[in-house]
This record gives sequence, C-alpha cells and structure tokens, in this order.
Amino acid sequence: MDEQTIFNKMLEILRLYTKDPNLLNKATKDTHILNDLKVNSARLVDVIIKCEDTFGITVEDDEADKIGTIGDAVAIIKTKLG
Amino acid sequence: MGVVAPNAHGINNFEEALREGRSGIRFIPELKELNFACLIGGVPQDFENVRKTYFDDETLMSMNDNIGYAAVSAVDAWRDAGFSVPDPHDDYVDWDTGVIVGSGIGGMDTITNILVPMVTQGKVRRMGSRIVEQVMNSATSASIAGLLALGNQATSNSSACSTGNEAIIDAMWRIRMGLAKRMLAGGSEGPSPFIWAGFDAMRVICRKFNEQPEAASRPMSATASGFVPGSGAAVLVLEDLESALERGAKIYAEILGGAVNCGGHRMGGSITAPNPEGVKRCIRAAVSDAGIAPAEIDAINGHLTATFADPYEVKNWATALECSPKDFPYINSTKSLVGHCLGATGAIESVAVVLQLYKKFLHPSINCEDLHPEIAEFENKVPHKCLDYPELRTIAKAGFGFGDVNSCLIFKTWNNNQRSY
Repeated sequence: MDEQTIFNKMLEILRLYTKDPNLLNKATKDTHILNDLKVNSARLVDVIIKCEDTFGITVEDDEADKIGTIGDAVAIIKTKLG
Repeated sequence: MGVVAPNAHGINNFEEALREGRSGIRFIPELKELNFACLIGGVPQDFENVRKTYFDDETLMSMNDNIGYAAVSAVDAWRDAGFSVPDPHDDYVDWDTGVIVGSGIGGMDTITNILVPMVTQGKVRRMGSRIVEQVMNSATSASIAGLLALGNQATSNSSACSTGNEAIIDAMWRIRMGLAKRMLAGGSEGPSPFIWAGFDAMRVICRKFNEQPEAASRPMSATASGFVPGSGAAVLVLEDLESALERGAKIYAEILGGAVNCGGHRMGGSITAPNPEGVKRCIRAAVSDAGIAPAEIDAINGHLTATFADPYEVKNWATALECSPKDFPYINSTKSLVGHCLGATGAIESVAVVLQLYKKFLHPSINCEDLHPEIAEFENKVPHKCLDYPELRTIAKAGFGFGDVNSCLIFKTWNNNQRSY
C-alpha cells in the first residue's frame, strides 16, 4: 500500500475522533493529531485500535507512544505493511 | 425542563401524553427471548434517531442509553430555560451553574455489552477509551457538565427509586445555601434487561398483563400485579429566584421545600419495604420545610408503583397529612403511563407535577377503575380522566426506594405578582 493511500485512510480514521472535521481539510503529514486536530488524548488508543483493524496490523504500546503527527502514524503503518 | 419518557420526548409532547392518559408501555421482544416472566416495559421510542439530531458521532460514541437520555433531557432543559448550548471550542465556563443528575443502577448496557464480554475474552487491550466514562457513577452529570460547560458542582447521586427526587432536593439546598445560582437536577435510567432481571427474579414486576401492555401499569388497582419496568430521564433547571427574575426567565413553578430520610430498615421497614414511620416523617418534614399547612396541598403525585404497597402509601399520606378520605387531596400516579423508571422516576414525575401546576390540570391515573378495596374511600380523589383544575396551586411529590429511603417535594404554582424582591 503506497504512502498516499495510507495517509488518506488515516484521515478517514481521524475523522471519527476529531471534534472539528474541517481541520482535516488542511492536514499534512506534519499535522499533529492532538495539538492540531484537537483529538482528545484519551482517544488515541481508539485511533490505534482502528488502525490495527483497518490495516490488519498490531501496534505495540511503545510504538504508539512515538506517534505524534499523522506522518508518524503513516511511517509505522508503512513499515509494518512492508 | 427536559424529559425523555416512554410515552413522549419533550415537554410539549409529554404534556399532551399526560392529558391523554397515553401509555408508553410496550411488548419488548428481547425479554421474551430471555425467558423473563415480565415481557413488557417502558422505553423512550425512536430515541436512536432523536439523539442523532442532538450530538455528533464522536460525542455519541461516549453515550450509552443512560447518558443519552440524560444528555438530551439536559440540553432540552437548558434551552427551555433560555440558554444556548455553548460551542465546545469556546473556553467560557459557567461557574454559577452545577448539575446533580443520578441513576439507580446506571450504565448497565456498557457493562453487559462491552465490558464483561471483552474482559472475559481477554481483550482488555482492545476495549478502547470509552468504558470508564460510561460506567462511572457520575457518568450522567459528567457528560452534562461537559456539554454545557458547567463550572459549579457536578455530581451524581444514587438512592434507588428516590434518586430523581433526591437530586432535586440536593440541588435546592445548594442554591439555598448560596453556593450556586442555578442547578440542573434530575435522574436517568437505561432500559437494559440486565437492570430489570433482578426485579423479575424477585417477582416484583408485572407478569400478568403481557398481552395488554398499555393496561399493565396499574397503580392503586385491585388487580395491580407488580410494577412495569421503565426507563428514560428528566432534568429540571432550578434557579435562585433573584437570578431568575433578573434575567426574566420563564418560571414554571416554585419549589417550596423538600425532605429526604431513611426508615432505618426497622418498624416494618427493610431493604425492600418502607418503614411507615419513615414515610410519614419524610412527608411531614417536607411540608414543614415548605412552610405550609397540610390542608394547602391540592394534589399528590405518589410513588404508587402498582405493587401491594400502594394502599399502604395512600394511608400513610392520609396519616401524615392528618386528613380523612373526605378532605384528602387528589392523588395520581404518573407510573400508570410510563411504568417505573427507577432512578429517573422522581425526575420524570416531577416534570409531570410542574406541567400540571403550570397548566392547571391533573392527568388521569389510568388502569385503576377497579380501585383497590382497601382505599375505596379515596375513590373520588383519583382522577380517571384528565381534570381541569384552575384552582390548583400546590402538589406534593414523593418517592420511596430500596434501602428504605424516602423523599418528598412540595411544588407550588408561581405567580409573577407574588413576590417583588
């Protein structure tokens, strides 16, 4: 799966958790999930679970801890998908 | 005020349902599949669609039925009180307003549908972040405080079937003490079979009217055969009179006073039955707190659940108010229309009381044309049809719950000319 496809799928996942979906219109790989998209920090575990289901992968806790931006998530997912 | 009841959502619809004597009791197929003896219940209708018109998908994911009913009721009450729902991105906090909304049992659907299955299957890691906020005892008040940006006390009380009344009384005291200008107060309860199962097992809920759901809730009837389980929520906005007058708020009624107590599980009382002395003391304490004479009470909205206890309750009222059947106030049971909504019942019925005071009527107490013989002398005091009552001024509302707990509120019609301070 190419990076752009993963990125687009990530936006769809994040759409479920941001309080303001309009913020996704200008999102880039550098967009911070908590600070820029105003996702409640408690919901990050839900985002991870959704990613696991969507991409058929497992994200370990220490890997999840390193995700700050959408690009961070895309990179981890791309590595796991091979 | 806001109400999500089995027979109506919203105060206008609820008033109409009360006047018509419309029952919200329906056959519940799931109860039949689960081998319940009672196959009927009161569940707010079409609520899944209703709540989608109030909240976005992200918010709804954190709302089980208990929270959903409470949140919709709170938003309706807030708007009805003349306020608007704040923007979630706005940092304004209303430090003068708090919330006390409780439940009898609470977020059982989250526990049974998600928590227990996932934990027992070893899937804790995949449960997600929304369990605690939906099963904590303060789930309803926490949700409402966030939706409305409330900065005063936010808590959830619990006293079984007395919960809704108790919340209103606690909120009244917080305002009386000058600790809040206004409080949202009420109760909520979801419709889970896992809440109702324990009552079914105790044989205290109705099992003889499964073929006639609308005739099943029969408070004060000779053929009453147990309460009909119900669900829903209601929230009232209580406000300091000065503050309400200052901002020109619509005032539905005045809370003159209230009282709560416990019978101590003695003198005939137990975990499941009221000590009659406790009931009478509670009623008298509420009347005393209200500063009125018992004879000033025009009507009673009883606890009256459709169990063996109804005749005792009527007699306890007569003793407490020191009146004979002849000079006894009118008495009706909102549960005849909506069933027994447990932790929500006091709040839903208090909304019914206030609407009756505001619009000067008494709703019919249905399904008791065959009044229980022990209270035959009170026949003329039970409205079987909607009663227009222009002189109606004061209604006493009581609630009694497991744990031998009691609550009583005294509501009075508000007249804009009665006070000028």
